[in-house]
Amino acid sequence: MGRTIVEKIWADHVVHRGDSGEPDLLYVDLHLVHEVSSPQAFDGLRSAGRPVRRPDLTLATMDHNVPTDPLMVRGEVPHDDPASVEQIEALRRNCRDFGVPLFPMGSLNQGIVHVIGPELGLSQPGMVIVCGDSHTSTHGALGALAFGIGTSEVEHVLATQTLPQRPPRTMAVEIVGTRAAGTTAKDLILRILNVIGVDGGRDHVVEYRGQAIGDLSMEERMTVCNMTIEGGARAGVIAPDETTFAYLEGRPYAPVGEAWQAALSQWRQLASDPDATFARTVQIDASSVAPYVTWGTTPAQSVPITAVVPDPANAPDEMTADQWRRALEYQGLRPGMAMTDVHVDKVFIGSCTNARLTDLRAAAEVIRGRRLAEGVTALVVPGSGSVKRAAEAEGLHRIFEEAGFQWREPGCSMCLGMNPDVVQPGERCASTSNRNFEGRQGPRSRTHLVSPAMAAAAAIHGRFVDVRDDVEA
Amino acid sequence: MRPLDRVASRVCPIDAIDVDTDQILPSRFLKRIQRSGFGPFAFYAWRYDESGEPRPEFPMNRPEHRGARILVSGRNFGCGSSREHAPWALQDAGFDVLIAPSFADIFRANCANIGVLTIELDEGTAAQLFEQVGRDPAWELVADLRTQTLTGDGFDVDFQVDPHVRHRLLDGLDPIDLTERHEDDIAAFERGRPAWRPTIHSVPTRVEPTRRKLHP
Repeated sequence: MGRTIVEKIWADHVVHRGDSGEPDLLYVDLHLVHEVSSPQAFDGLRSAGRPVRRPDLTLATMDHNVPTDPLMVRGEVPHDDPASVEQIEALRRNCRDFGVPLFPMGSLNQGIVHVIGPELGLSQPGMVIVCGDSHTSTHGALGALAFGIGTSEVEHVLATQTLPQRPPRTMAVEIVGTRAAGTTAKDLILRILNVIGVDGGRDHVVEYRGQAIGDLSMEERMTVCNMTIEGGARAGVIAPDETTFAYLEGRPYAPVGEAWQAALSQWRQLASDPDATFARTVQIDASSVAPYVTWGTTPAQSVPITAVVPDPANAPDEMTADQWRRALEYQGLRPGMAMTDVHVDKVFIGSCTNARLTDLRAAAEVIRGRRLAEGVTALVVPGSGSVKRAAEAEGLHRIFEEAGFQWREPGCSMCLGMNPDVVQPGERCASTSNRNFEGRQGPRSRTHLVSPAMAAAAAIHGRFVDVRDDVEA
Repeated sequence: MRPLDRVASRVCPIDAIDVDTDQILPSRFLKRIQRSGFGPFAFYAWRYDESGEPRPEFPMNRPEHRGARILVSGRNFGCGSSREHAPWALQDAGFDVLIAPSFADIFRANCANIGVLTIELDEGTAAQLFEQVGRDPAWELVADLRTQTLTGDGFDVDFQVDPHVRHRLLDGLDPIDLTERHEDDIAAFERGRPAWRPTIHSVPTRVEPTRRKLHP
């Protein structure tokens, strides 16, 4: 019987097949570590007297709580949050004590953990990749089985390089047709989430399939796989193809010479077999995708920019109606309001969803030669030091700065409200990040998730606009 | 891990669906580098107003739910961020048993790893629990992991739980200890791994000039 890509990767990584009700023991090829979910795991190792089993398969960076203000990163202005400094220092100490490679704040390759893995060529097809962060699903774009774990599991992987896991079911999300002009990978994933809901993928791994997926660039695939977790699936995967191989070839950690050929011949076997069976299949028409904006407080609560804020009276059930009412109250919106009448105070272009070079290019394209709307504050935060330098080499930073945007150092920044970059209480933010939960960007912050081009257009107009109509005369 | 077999207590109802871990523990409280002490920050924005005063209507603040060790909520509880700090906070706030029609995958695994029991009930049965607690906030429920039953006055249901998780919770077993029994298998697997898989023996100090461009 045919196997799915997930079943193939699984079979390649089973160290011990679980018998008598035990889970399988799965080998981990790459363990990414950051400052927030790791200190308690390292302390656990210390108190049990355990070493890190494979420091050579472990890479740490600092991203969640680091400041992105260049003066603060360079130490010219003090980082005045002692708890953050302590957490950053703890990672430095833990990496030193346990021999784990680290890209610290201010180093050339530091960046958001899910940006640096692929860009260094460390995330490769057929691997099992974990990190104490739910957006680890990003790396599935390269054909890896990649998922987020908790701190106890971080400790487990540090100690044993394995994880006890039950085999997941695979849900196929098939995108038929071709994507409409003027829409992005972000709009596609927001549409997918809108269809399957925030728990539609629970207990499954999602495999994205179909022509419109094959047509995506690697960075676009990362945006799609990144937000898979917002649909409840721990991992999203796309079968590796020529786009994947071309992306990987020549990257610092990609195999070379004979090793490249050996890898390639294995990677070409990974795609799901034609007769593989999926636990569930969802079909979505790519031509139904428009620029999307979230209106509520879950990533599935979204509408096309041409639509109005929905009415709880039309919710599918009473619990959902309650949830919508609460979301509208929190967001300060009324049913029936046009999304294009919603004004913004802040704009954030960044995060592991949309802080890669092509994202910054798309935003820069919209704002070239224009100015921020009065009263709007806008941040552009590259996903890594490498993205930042590449963007600067193209002059993108000048386009942003001339438009009045702040050009920052790499980090998670305004995505999650645990570093100096926050949305103030009651403020509304157009954000290219992944979560619009209550308080996500700071206490009482109001978040609307959009693509980089839509965020850029919102910054110029001070409200949401349809970026497809936003052509300079 | 502390073993867990039977919990008898009042029930704290959180009547919402898709409760995400940013609500259970907001990110600005993730900076502690210890495992303990997160309880006071659980459900912070729902529990306290802007000036830091308890919101009297929030269930955790109501005197009749004080001391509850069982929490019941709507479907997809614990979605979003993988932060284990969220179940740490609930455990630290006294909750050893969580009941909902469904839990997010990572959250459920985190709970199992720290000794918090998650019980999935169908929507109808969960709704009965909410009604029961709504009628009588002092109502006591007994969650018994050995018999896999939930019992209270006028309420008696069985629940299913992963047999391996049940075994680990009942005996308070450390998953790392269990895995270390398979050391020979791990070592054998490592010998058979393809040599071309990446390893990080040295961190490149500057990657761009050494190879083809990183951003084609």
